[in-house]
Amino acid sequence: MAKPAALSEERTVPPTEPERVPGPVLKRLAGPTAWADERTGAAGLGKYFLRKVFPDHWSFLLGEIALYSFIILLLTGVFLTLWYKPSMAEIEYEGSYQLLRGVAVSEAFASTLDISFDIRGGLLMRQVHHWSAMLFVAAMFAHMLRVFFTGAFRKPREINWVIGVALLSLGLIEGFAGYSLPDDLLSGTGLRFVDGLIRSIPVIGTWAEFFVFNGEFPGDLIISRLYMAHILLIPGILLGLIAAHMALLVYHKHTQYPGPGRTDKNVVGYPLYPIYMAKAGGFFFIVFGVTVLMGATMQINPLWTYGPYNPSQVTAGSQPDWYMGWVEGAIRIMPGWEWHIGGTTWSWNIFLPGVGLLTLLFVLLGVYPWVEAWLTGDKREHHVLERPRANATRTAFGVAGIVCFSLFMIGGGNDIIAVMFNLSLNTISVVLRWAVFIGPVLAFIITKRICIALQRTDQERLLHGSESGVIQRSPVGGYSEDHRPISQGEAYTLTHHNEYPSLPEEGVSKRQLQARRWFYGDNMSKPTRAELEAAAHHGHDGHDGDGHDGDGNGHEVAGRESRELTSSRD
Amino acid sequence: MSHTGGSDISVRDTRTSAGTTRSDDERFPVDNPGVEHEPPRWTDADPDAGRSAYTFVVGCFALVPVLAIAFVVIYFAVPENVFIDVGSNHYMAQHLLLGLTLGLAILLVGVGAVQWARLLMDDTERTEERHTAASSAETRTAAIDIVYQGLQETNLGRRKLIGRSLLGALGILVAPAAVLLADLGPWPTARVRAETIERTIWGEGVRLVNDVTYEPILAADMEIGQLVNAEPENLQEFHGHHLQVERAKAAIIVVRMDPNSITIPESRSSWHVNGILSYSKICTHVGCPISLWEQQTHHLLCPCHQSTFDLGNSGVVVFGPAARSLPQLPISTDAEGYLIATSDFPVPVGPSYFERDSRNDYEDGDA
Repeated sequence: MAKPAALSEERTVPPTEPERVPGPVLKRLAGPTAWADERTGAAGLGKYFLRKVFPDHWSFLLGEIALYSFIILLLTGVFLTLWYKPSMAEIEYEGSYQLLRGVAVSEAFASTLDISFDIRGGLLMRQVHHWSAMLFVAAMFAHMLRVFFTGAFRKPREINWVIGVALLSLGLIEGFAGYSLPDDLLSGTGLRFVDGLIRSIPVIGTWAEFFVFNGEFPGDLIISRLYMAHILLIPGILLGLIAAHMALLVYHKHTQYPGPGRTDKNVVGYPLYPIYMAKAGGFFFIVFGVTVLMGATMQINPLWTYGPYNPSQVTAGSQPDWYMGWVEGAIRIMPGWEWHIGGTTWSWNIFLPGVGLLTLLFVLLGVYPWVEAWLTGDKREHHVLERPRANATRTAFGVAGIVCFSLFMIGGGNDIIAVMFNLSLNTISVVLRWAVFIGPVLAFIITKRICIALQRTDQERLLHGSESGVIQRSPVGGYSEDHRPISQGEAYTLTHHNEYPSLPEEGVSKRQLQARRWFYGDNMSKPTRAELEAAAHHGHDGHDGDGHDGDGNGHEVAGRESRELTSSRD
Repeated sequence: MSHTGGSDISVRDTRTSAGTTRSDDERFPVDNPGVEHEPPRWTDADPDAGRSAYTFVVGCFALVPVLAIAFVVIYFAVPENVFIDVGSNHYMAQHLLLGLTLGLAILLVGVGAVQWARLLMDDTERTEERHTAASSAETRTAAIDIVYQGLQETNLGRRKLIGRSLLGALGILVAPAAVLLADLGPWPTARVRAETIERTIWGEGVRLVNDVTYEPILAADMEIGQLVNAEPENLQEFHGHHLQVERAKAAIIVVRMDPNSITIPESRSSWHVNGILSYSKICTHVGCPISLWEQQTHHLLCPCHQSTFDLGNSGVVVFGPAARSLPQLPISTDAEGYLIATSDFPVPVGPSYFERDSRNDYEDGDA
């Protein structure tokens, strides 16, 4: 064994700072700090973390909302577990909700009613829990879109992106499990759907169904099994993944938007202590406060109006929580395709839109960073975000995805839409069957053109400056608008994105090159230093003669015409 | 996107810099002007604005105890059976007031803290250098060396079987873990399926009863166009989850249609009583109870996913995602004129499953 280390005098004495005269606060802190530091080395940690710089942008708050909603879910969820009984045993309801007195209900349903009507503040906590679950998933989706559209998933953040995808998929399952716990008519209908979904899995479906439900639907154990998953298994995994997500965030340091002084080698913003502690901590209370106000004023899941689950009853307009609406829509508009081969049944009408679509979404999301990395062959780290317009094809993909998701979502409410707008339900479904394929393609094309148009606007500003609003009339009678040069900061911001040449070069395979040409070929290339200097020297009519007529694909640089309101030569 | 002009391509050919550090200037045509300093905030420039921001923040925090005490008072003082109407909303007073006071109290803590940081704390932006995510090359080599050295120290190189047998030992431990889950539910073997999902409690002579009152249904009472939600009479013998399981399969709808306006195939000519037909209420899609009845068209629509079945044509699918006809229950009348089943459903009811033999289901045009 090691010999005992020699006692060191310095280590037991709190370090003194001879040059700084300790104020009353420092004096009071010195004792506890020394105590904690001598046992944990916390001072080193504090030195590293306390002044960590975080950049400021509203879109960085989306992930924070997701994180805070999760904390709110833990707090309100613990409250609910104090009274909720995860049991499908049948009892007679005897609580204070008059209309259901004497009705045979499950203990799960009765205890949910008790929380709503007989526990003070119980209804509030239930509604806050449900609203923050909605918000949790919504914020995760929004956060994911922000990360996607700004390219924040690029190296070195691919692993964190995949963790995020896992968090999102687990969040959906977690939400569904919670939705099912009250054992009311609506949630039971949801479970019935899941039973059908599990059954539809080829080969193992029936076995999976019997294992999940302990036999035939609905069985007697599904509520307690979902309860275990909802309050222990999935939150445990979520917690671990969130910890990893945050640890990587801290290690990588936060991404930042392009701007003066921002590079891939630094991060510009405000320190954690005290600015971000107050801002982010305060934002937790804001999210919490708003969610509580929502729970107070906006009714959600009034299960006493649905009644207990009865597998022979259903309400028209039954729908899942919003985040499963797109799967519901896919299930609704899917044609009735089923194979009957020998003594077997293959339910593509349920399996493809249900299991298939969910898998497709998460696989596509999961592999996307590698697809783009393969295209660009870019091995560098990226910490400055891309503006969505700078990567037109990626942005177009994202919008196509949103449109596809939304069309499926509309399908999930086709009955409500038919009633509200007095349309034929069948027509809506048939139109959507085509729209979910055509819509994303149109969205892709339109978005890409919009992005390229926005790139041209940037180009115009870079080369010709910003419109001054001053119209000049020339001696021969032509009118033109005076342009002022933009600031260097703006010019730096507009030229900070990466470009990937689509010319053959070493180490780029032919297919990679073709893919890159398709992906990046239509983008405007940013002006070179020489072009910018030439444009600056030529002044307000220096837009020609610099050879910058197009981007190599026949797209003329915008701006030439826009400056002259009327041509003096005509 | 590249210029065919030539010389600048090599300048902007960023890939060649992969892995090496390179001045930003070459990739980016505009020089970095450095962080621009924001003009001073209003609260810094104007003492009055500073003071009012100070008042605002303190005001936010000062209101929190007021609201918190109000919450406690409301908790004990407001009874549960008092209601408030706000517009068209009918609120439980206790719930609403507890929520408003708690929500506002929490919100004000947040608003105060954020405004403190935004308006009154130092607002100098700071720049922090980044490090690359990767360790240095030396560190990486050192780490690999350590792993290699450790491997040497285990002597696995000479005694390979230790590693292999350990991996095998750990691998086989999956088997007990997996087997422990084999009792998650009964195994749906052919025999078990025949006793569970492939049968219902319907059988010869079982009366059809109203699903709420359990009153038997007199054939003579059914009018043309009428639909009755029904259950087997023996469902009353079940309780708890057994009741749910049986109800989830046995639920039926009974409709009477004008025999001249519907098609009844030869094979099913004895399954109805003067145009009174009975079908499973459980959708063949994912098992929702179907209940939306169109009297004129004889269509039955599932409210979950809108599969539509034609009850005037042996329950075939006319629209929607369902792939199989609704199973029809053969019915007759007993001596007293009440509707009874003459057998169980000829095919399994409810959603499809892999082992389901779907060759016997009725298809449009079958005899």
